[in-house]
Amino acid sequence: MQLGPADYLIWIVSFALEAYVVVCLAFHKDTFRYFSLNLYMLAAALVTLGHYLTFHTYGYSSMQYRYFYYYSESLLIILIYFTVMELYQHVFREMNVSRYIRGAAALLLIATAFFSYAVVRQNKDHLTSRFVVELGQNLYFVGVVLTYLLWGAILKLRETRTRLIQLVLALGVYFSATAGTYALRNLFPGLQESFLRWVPPLIGTWLPLAWAYTFSKIPEDARLATARLMVRAR
Amino acid sequence: MIVASLICVFSIAAFLQFFVWHCRSIIASSRRVELSERVREVAGIESRDFNGEDFHRLLQLVRLCPDRGDDRGEIRAVGTYYGLLNVLGRIARQTIPPIAAWAEQERESCSYFAAVALDRRISYSRDLFTQQIADRL
Repeated sequence: MQLGPADYLIWIVSFALEAYVVVCLAFHKDTFRYFSLNLYMLAAALVTLGHYLTFHTYGYSSMQYRYFYYYSESLLIILIYFTVMELYQHVFREMNVSRYIRGAAALLLIATAFFSYAVVRQNKDHLTSRFVVELGQNLYFVGVVLTYLLWGAILKLRETRTRLIQLVLALGVYFSATAGTYALRNLFPGLQESFLRWVPPLIGTWLPLAWAYTFSKIPEDARLATARLMVRAR
Repeated sequence: MIVASLICVFSIAAFLQFFVWHCRSIIASSRRVELSERVREVAGIESRDFNGEDFHRLLQLVRLCPDRGDDRGEIRAVGTYYGLLNVLGRIARQTIPPIAAWAEQERESCSYFAAVALDRRISYSRDLFTQQIADRL
């Protein structure tokens, strides 16, 4: 398979945006305030670079590329779970429930790993790409549910920090779009070669783009009433 | 298959909601900004309220002003949101009027956002002009 200019462009844009978020956080001295998010963006930038190098060295249909693709995807999913938990900690900061959130995060991770293991064990004789699609769909869907719950907590607690609100909403868009794409791939495998080939890379650029915007444009002390988002704007 | 279908439907619904809220969070920051008389003059808008149809005209005026370089991303995001609202409004006009009315209100908010962007760019070009004059002197 040959790469077109659009593929290269998406790769370059993704890498640049992910690196920009890491630099932006360091520049504003927010690296440790959003540590998991920073770690996720750093890992995403390295994975984007790794995809490019593996593709060029071994080719699209090689086992090396496939292994790298799916293992790095799993690593990123674990890191993004930590990011969601970090956002939960920010929202519940004043309630002093960090200990419980850390416990819940560890439990969730173990449960996800166990679920993945169970699915792998059941499918070990026919570990096809269809199974990988199904697993990705389930993991991202858990992300959608977690983000939805977090958004519910933000509304309930009348959270007003604009940065936090935009970070969570961008994450919601990313999770739901990715889970939806995986589900569509599962339902209509034929779409993979045409329409759905372009969707995951484009969604991949959304998250660093939205977060780059938030970190560079929205100051930490900016406030926004969430009620304004739920009812008509005026 | 059933699980995949449910996930698909739920994810699409969640995606639309999150996307709308995200765009609103960008627009909401401009709603608190009071517009200057100057921008109303330039845009030829006399009443306090903006029309959804004004968006493209305001955006053309924004593009005529010198680029500040820091508002391109949000203008593009709101432009995409406006495009989606247009499609939704057209579809819902005949079938679900309340949704069409909601889309129209959102389009008005987009126009207000474009007016705020125009106001900022006018101020920026004035500052540039003043700076140039000062440099020459």
